[in-house]
Amino acid sequence: MLNYKIYYINNKDRKENKSIMEEKVKIATRQSYGEELANLGKENENIVVLDADLSTATKTNIFAKKFPNRFFDMGIAEQDMLSTAAGFAAYGKIPYVSTFAVFAAGRAYDQIRNSICYPNLNVKICATHSGITVGEDGATHQMLEDIAMMRVLPNMKVFSPSDDVQTRWIIREVSKIEGPVYVRLCRLASPKIYSENETFEIGKAKQIGDGIDATVISTGITTNEAINAKKQLEKEGIFIRILDMHTIKPIDEETIIRCAKETKKIITIEDHSTLGGLGSSVCEVLSEKYPKKVVRMGIKNKFGKSGKAEELMKYFKITTQDIIEEVKKI
Amino acid sequence: MKNIDIKELEKISNEIRKKIINQVYNAQSGHPGGSLSCTDILTVLYFNQMNINPKEPKNPDRDRFILSKGHAVAALYATLAQKGFFEEEELLGFRKIDGKLQGHPDMKNVPGVDMSTGSLGQGLSVSNGIALASKLDKKEIRVYCMLGDGEIEEGQIWEAAMTSAHYKLDNLCVIVDNNNLQIDGEIDKVMNSYPIEEKFKSFGFHTITINGHDFMQIIEAFEEAKKVKEKPTAIIAKTIKGKGVSYMENKVEWHGKATNKEEYQKAISELMKK
Repeated sequence: MLNYKIYYINNKDRKENKSIMEEKVKIATRQSYGEELANLGKENENIVVLDADLSTATKTNIFAKKFPNRFFDMGIAEQDMLSTAAGFAAYGKIPYVSTFAVFAAGRAYDQIRNSICYPNLNVKICATHSGITVGEDGATHQMLEDIAMMRVLPNMKVFSPSDDVQTRWIIREVSKIEGPVYVRLCRLASPKIYSENETFEIGKAKQIGDGIDATVISTGITTNEAINAKKQLEKEGIFIRILDMHTIKPIDEETIIRCAKETKKIITIEDHSTLGGLGSSVCEVLSEKYPKKVVRMGIKNKFGKSGKAEELMKYFKITTQDIIEEVKKI
Repeated sequence: MKNIDIKELEKISNEIRKKIINQVYNAQSGHPGGSLSCTDILTVLYFNQMNINPKEPKNPDRDRFILSKGHAVAALYATLAQKGFFEEEELLGFRKIDGKLQGHPDMKNVPGVDMSTGSLGQGLSVSNGIALASKLDKKEIRVYCMLGDGEIEEGQIWEAAMTSAHYKLDNLCVIVDNNNLQIDGEIDKVMNSYPIEEKFKSFGFHTITINGHDFMQIIEAFEEAKKVKEKPTAIIAKTIKGKGVSYMENKVEWHGKATNKEEYQKAISELMKK
């Protein structure tokens, strides 16, 4: 993944320089979120946005600039922010709430549980800076437990898009869902995987390829690693398929079971703890419905650390090369 | 100001107190002390102040009431039943497996409950959200939020207080039910939240301290709050925990305890005499 040229593109660039899109473009899902949220704000006046002094990093500042009266900076007070969002939703607005994942899912957990999920309020929590790919800020800012914490909450739906196109789709789609959602976004710019006209379905895994040597089930930023692994393995005559799990909850049981039946091996990979995340979700499905060995790749009961995102991915063994090695193991 | 019949309000609040005692006795569970301390304020809100209609509990233009100290829910349910939001018989299901009325406020299943609360410290933030949203829509809605004096030990209350003042929420009125007791004892001995009025004032609130059992004072405070512009109001209501039942008054053990049959009969007979 290191050989791509990085472009931080915004709406203006998109319109004026279409040629950028034709090259292999990298864009962080937080950027896609910020842009699409601003687009959505134009169409739906019921949408309000709350941020906790991180709008330049979460990219809600794009919405704030366009719709200042519908943007509320709550200061460095995440617990207050999540409960305030519950109030907006109780009134009938559609609040999109952003901060870093560690401060949303972690610091404001009780507020999400009791003020949002218990009354099933229509709050869209879009948390950026998930996973070790936050990079240099280190362990305190690298949220590795948010999927685990959010998916156990009744009424909550959990999404984790893997690229720009999927993020834009999910940001729109969740506005139509009545009830709380958690969308897990990344700081790191990553390559576009899908073409603009690709379609997705809530609760339905996106299957890439139909090799039978292994199924690699991935979510978020690791999906691109899995795709690269698939390409390289093909050269060696090993054929795998990828399930891009943009929806973690409700999990696509049907596709997981089908792939467990159709392929030799099941591997899960995530920029998240192997405890309670995607890997655990897959294990829950298979152990009950179609027992089969599952290899869980991800962060193993550890906190993150400082370093460049790419270095950390190597350190925690969630790169293309690590997937290739895991697939090749008997 | 609407027509005020203090005698009528006294009668209503006495009926609500009986309903509180009945619910807690019937469930053999609940929080009588902090329910009885805020009963007179709830009576004024629901029978004198708030723009509400029990036939339209979800009317978007209604005033809102958030019971942030959710454990006093017996008082809220009793008030809502008294006002006609639901049948009085529902109160028999309070805290029971087959009843509708959960142990803490549940907005999804009870008409008239504007927000689910229970985990302390979150109701003021929720109230801010409703107040901000209604201002955005240019609606003349008033949002009332009742806090406990022990509850304000939660840090989130002060995050929220900052927000209320920062966004100049003059459609918001906070009431602190200052009965001076929390589970482990007197407020100033457990974790001193005093001085309460000065704290809210310094956070940018217009503040009023009243006797929370004097109907005229309660009404006047709410009327004063309506006239305040560009600032939220906090009413510090000095109250008596367990008010109305002699043996419960100012007794911390009645925070979360049900009466036995004898105590129940004594409580009801005291309230019948009023």
